[in-house]
Order: sequence, then structure tokens, then C-alpha cells
Amino acid sequence: MSELPAAARPNQRRANSGEIANGQRRASAYVCEAASCMSAQAHDITLRLGERVAEAGLTDVTVKRVGCLGLCAAGPLVEIAETGELFSHVTPDNVGGIVDALKSVKPTDTRQPQGPFFEKQLRVATENLGRIDPESLDDYTDRGGYEALKRVLGEMTSTEVRDEITRSGLRGRGGAGYPVGLKWTTVAKAQGTQKYVVCNADEGDPGAFMDRSVLESDPFRVLEGMAIAAFAVHAAEGYIYCRAEYPLAVSRLRTAIRLAQRAGFLGSGIGDTAFNFDVQIRLGAGAFVCGEETALIASVEGRRGTPRPRPPYPAVSGLWNCPTLINNVESYANVPTILRNGPEWYSNIGIGKSKGTKVFALAGRIVNTGLVEVPMGTTLREIVYDIGGGIIDGRPFKAVQTGGPSGGCIPAQFLDMLVSYESLLEVGSFMGSGGLIVMDDTSCMVDIAKYFQDFCREESCGKCVPCRVGTTQLYMLLDSITRGEATMDDLAQLERLAGIIQRTALCGLGQGAPNPIFSTLRYFRDEYISHIVDKVCPAGVCTITAPEVMA
Amino acid sequence: MPVLHAKSPAPSDDKRWKIVETRMRRIGDRPAALIEALHAAQEAFGYIDNDALHYVGDTLGVPHSRVYGVATFYSFFTLKPEGEHTCVVCTGTACYINGAKDILSGLENGLHVKPKHTTEDGKISVLTARCLGACSLAPAVVIDGEVKGKVNAAELVAHLEAL
Repeated sequence: MSELPAAARPNQRRANSGEIANGQRRASAYVCEAASCMSAQAHDITLRLGERVAEAGLTDVTVKRVGCLGLCAAGPLVEIAETGELFSHVTPDNVGGIVDALKSVKPTDTRQPQGPFFEKQLRVATENLGRIDPESLDDYTDRGGYEALKRVLGEMTSTEVRDEITRSGLRGRGGAGYPVGLKWTTVAKAQGTQKYVVCNADEGDPGAFMDRSVLESDPFRVLEGMAIAAFAVHAAEGYIYCRAEYPLAVSRLRTAIRLAQRAGFLGSGIGDTAFNFDVQIRLGAGAFVCGEETALIASVEGRRGTPRPRPPYPAVSGLWNCPTLINNVESYANVPTILRNGPEWYSNIGIGKSKGTKVFALAGRIVNTGLVEVPMGTTLREIVYDIGGGIIDGRPFKAVQTGGPSGGCIPAQFLDMLVSYESLLEVGSFMGSGGLIVMDDTSCMVDIAKYFQDFCREESCGKCVPCRVGTTQLYMLLDSITRGEATMDDLAQLERLAGIIQRTALCGLGQGAPNPIFSTLRYFRDEYISHIVDKVCPAGVCTITAPEVMA
Repeated sequence: MPVLHAKSPAPSDDKRWKIVETRMRRIGDRPAALIEALHAAQEAFGYIDNDALHYVGDTLGVPHSRVYGVATFYSFFTLKPEGEHTCVVCTGTACYINGAKDILSGLENGLHVKPKHTTEDGKISVLTARCLGACSLAPAVVIDGEVKGKVNAAELVAHLEAL
């Protein structure tokens, strides 16, 4: 029989972890087994390290699989939990150094990983990432998991829960930033006995992997957040709509759901109360538009994922026309910590109307590609240069792209801007789900605008004309600019058409599709002009067929 | 809710139909199970053929036109068999600015195959993905389910030719 894939060998996956009681453990090695490290044989590292530790007779050392350690660029990663020592680019054959380091660990060591990448972060939604085995409920409860749900069921009314979430100032982390407490209250007060709680895990923005990391590393947290939400809005059924492109996240979620059901944290009579709540997973099938809430509902119902006009909002009429609460993975992930530490604790973090922290996925031409969580109000410079380690090869920073295909490119002059929902809108971008893609002088901004237009054109569901026809027209105009065949009249036409689409498209995908064009025109208009007038691509990316105009 | 339509038999006695049947039954053989059922069929057979479309539609009480509509709407579903090997090129933003375009043109020149097509000998299918979320490995590809990071076009073509 051929060897099964790693995910099908559950009993081999834990190496020698979990065999040592807390009091006798002197040292522990945490091996990152999230998707990025997993694709570089991280699981073999866990097994090999376990063997080597056993061979060395280190009976007081645990080797444990954990979720994302954050610094994906240096993966596969292994951390010694007690000393904070981080080993990068580990392979199954070079674990010897880790075994040696484990020998000298003292049980009294309590250091954290050093360096600005770790020290400038504040972890709330990602507090357990890289700390727990994502398939161990005990690990989760050891770190305070399910305390919030117990408190909610034991001593709070649903109104009190909603009130605490409202006072915390938490806003939707999927992008738009709608106040979470307000949404919960709308669903709770909506007419109807059957209500649903839905978790949007259809993380479609290219360059974003926050939700994937949370689901792969700490799936119980999302289930706990959903259960608390269900209690607060009087729902008994929940759905997690997750991308099929995330097989590891789906498999860990399935395990977590099974373990939570078995332990009585999901199902009927949770915590010996009358509260019932259960969760099912629904897989997406590669349609970006399904991140839009009405399209997501259509997809959960087994139909083509096309949006419909709002109102009525899903909070009033959603799944099967019942009131439905839809929040993003990261929003739910914040809920247990808020209820454990109190709403005032949370609202003291952040600036202005943007409370708390935000998880960002750093990617692109940046040294420390990875997953970070910072308080709202951190500057872009701190994120890109201190945490992110700057640009690859020390090249000049050109722009950072946020908000996915509906977002914009922020140029260097705003590096000292404090990041919040409001400030990003002011500079013509968008918080979005949290992908931050850093670009240097090797990227052509017209080409980037074309890239996103190509994305929107292909992902347009085809229901409304402005999006279906308009995004294709925008793409063709941009394509002719990048080939050096456009005129200044074409540029004027591009701007006019972009404005029409923004005002008339049915859903966020179409309304947001022109944003990359607007933001690159706002800050990099000279690059457009170079292509059109001088027939030159300043970054040397575009292949211009027309002859260069000699000055 | 009672299911009003008669239970339809599986297209053949291939055991893999059981997997599809079970997945549909678990959601109650309702129209809402359509996407899950298509996932099950694709996982079991590698692609979704006409038999599968008919079977799933008849079991769930969904008109064939709608089954076809849903199966073609979602890019994850494929209605034709793929080559012996698949190579998925990630075209997410991080991969794009790190050279995904060069990889696609490298494959087109080296193997004479366009994205979403299969080589003439039926050996290699080239597909694209919106974003694998493996941005730290950019540019990334997935060859037969295994992620490979920081690839360059020439090495990739050589690797695929040797398969």
C-alpha cells in the first residue's frame, strides 16, 4: 500500500509530545506545522527531532507540533519554548544543533524570542499561534481556552455579552470595519426563531493568509468565538465557509469540531445549560466573490455565488431567509480574549475609532515575510522596516498594497502614517482583510493596476453589467497602456469608466474594482504618462511594442 | 422534510460513488448539498463527468441545468480529466511581483502548454491558482499536490520534463 499523506496518519503526528507531565518537563521544542513550513517537510522534522531527542536520552524534553510561529520567510522553524531560541531553515537532517541546545535548557528559563519582529507585536487574536498544538483541546484550555464561554454561560445574559462586545469597540476584521456589537444586536433583535451564525473563512484576497494561519494554528478559538456569538444572538446552528484551497485548515477545523463536540463545547446542552450550538463546514470552490456576504449565503445554500442587492441585510434575512450573523475568522478569534480580559482592556488598545489589534500578512519584496499582529495606530514604517526587516536586497521602497483587489497602493510619503481603518481610507486604500504587499522599484504600478483588473475581470460573477463589462473594458485600456499603444484620451476614458463602475456596480467586488486604478493614478500618474507619452516603462516590466519617443 | 424524488441509482458499481452518496446523505440529500457533492465527486474521480452531474442532480432534486451552472461557475471544479501530472502556478500578488509571469511564459515556451491546458501527450496539466497563501515561498507552484517554493522557470521546466 502506498504511504498515506501526512494528514492521514494522526497517531504518528505527535512524535513524543504529551507524554511528559508538566512538573517533569525541562525543555520543549516547538516545531511549526502551519502550511508554509509544512510544505518544506516540517512534519518530518517533528518526527526526526523526536527520534533524536529519544536517542540522546532526553526524557524530560517534549517535541511538539505547534501552529504558525510567524516568521514564515525563515521557515521551517523550530523554537525552544523556554529560551525563545529560534532555529530557522531547519531540515530533517540538521536537527543536531537543536538537540544540543535542548540539553542546556534550565527549567527556570522563561525568555521570549528576541528582535523587533517579535517585540513590536501585540498578540490578541493570534495569542496562541505557535504556542499550542492545534489539534489538542487540552493545550487550548491550558492557555485559558473556553474560560470565556464558561463565564458567558455561567454568569451572563445575552444582552450583557453583546454589551461587552459593543463596549470593546471591536470592528469587523474582514475589511469593512462594521461594529461587531451593533451587528450582533441587529441579529439578536431580528424577528424569527431560527437564526444562524456564519464564519467567513473565504480568504480570497491574493497575498492574504491571516485567516488561514489562525484556522491552522488555533481552530478552537474560532469555534469558541462562534459559540459565544451564537449565545449572544440566540442561534443554534453555525457554518464555517472555508476555501477549498486551504486543506490543512479544513482538516484541523474538522478535528477541532470533533474534539469540541466530544468535550461538550459544541452540541446540545453546552456547559450543562439549555444552550445548544453546533457547527458545520462548507467548502468554497474558488470563487472570490463568495467573500461578499450575500454571495457567501448563496454558496452555502448550494447555489452559484452571486450577490443580491442589500437591504435586506443578512442580519435580517440571510441563510434560508433567516436572520444570519456573518463575521470573519479574525473577528471571532478576538471574542474569547475580549470576554476574558474585559472590554475596557481591549478598547484601551488602538487609536480613535479603530480599537484593538490587527493581524497582517506581510508579503512581497520584504525580508520577513510572515504573519504579524500589531496594535491599531502602529506606523507603516514600523511594520515594514522594524517588524518586516525592510526590503529585500536593500532596494528602495515604492509602495505597500493593502486591501486586496479593492484596495490601493500607498506610497513612501505615508510610511509614518498611523494604521487604522480611517487613515487607510484617507489615503485612498482600504484595510481589507489584512494583506500587506510590499513593492520595490522592480514593480510597475500600471502593471500592478492591470494585474488587479485582470483579477476582478475573471472573478466577476457576471450578474451586473457595470462589473461584467466594465472590468473587462478597464483591463483592455490598461493593457493598451502597458503596451505603449494608448493615448491620453484613453487615460481620460479609463478614469471616467472607473468612476461609473464604482458608482453603479452591485456589490463590493465591482465597486472596489476601480480602486487600484484610482490609487495608482493618484500617486504614480507619472508612470502612466511615461507609458503613454514617452513609450517607456520606468520599472522595465512592461514590454512596449511602440518605438520609444526620443526627447 | 421528506425527499419527494425517487432515489436514483449510482451510474456504475464503482465503489467511489459510495463516497459521493455518503457525503450527500450527511447533508440530508437536499439541494443545499450540491457544492459538497461536487467536491466529493471531484475528490473521488479527479474531475466531474456527465454521469456525476446527472447523478448528483437527480439525487438532490436539482435540475441538470442548475447543476451544470454551479459546476461551471466555480473555478475549483473541473469537467475534464487532467493530465498525468498537474502543475499549479500561484498567481497571487506576492508571487506575481516575484516572477509568476515569467514562470507561466517559461512553461509556455518550454512545454508548449498554456495555463488551464494539458500538454499534447496528456502528461502535464498547467493550472493557475489565485493565491495559495504560501506567500513566503513566492513564487510558488504545486506539483502533484506538493508545494515548491522560490522556483525559477528553467528549473521548473526541467523538473516537469523529467517526470
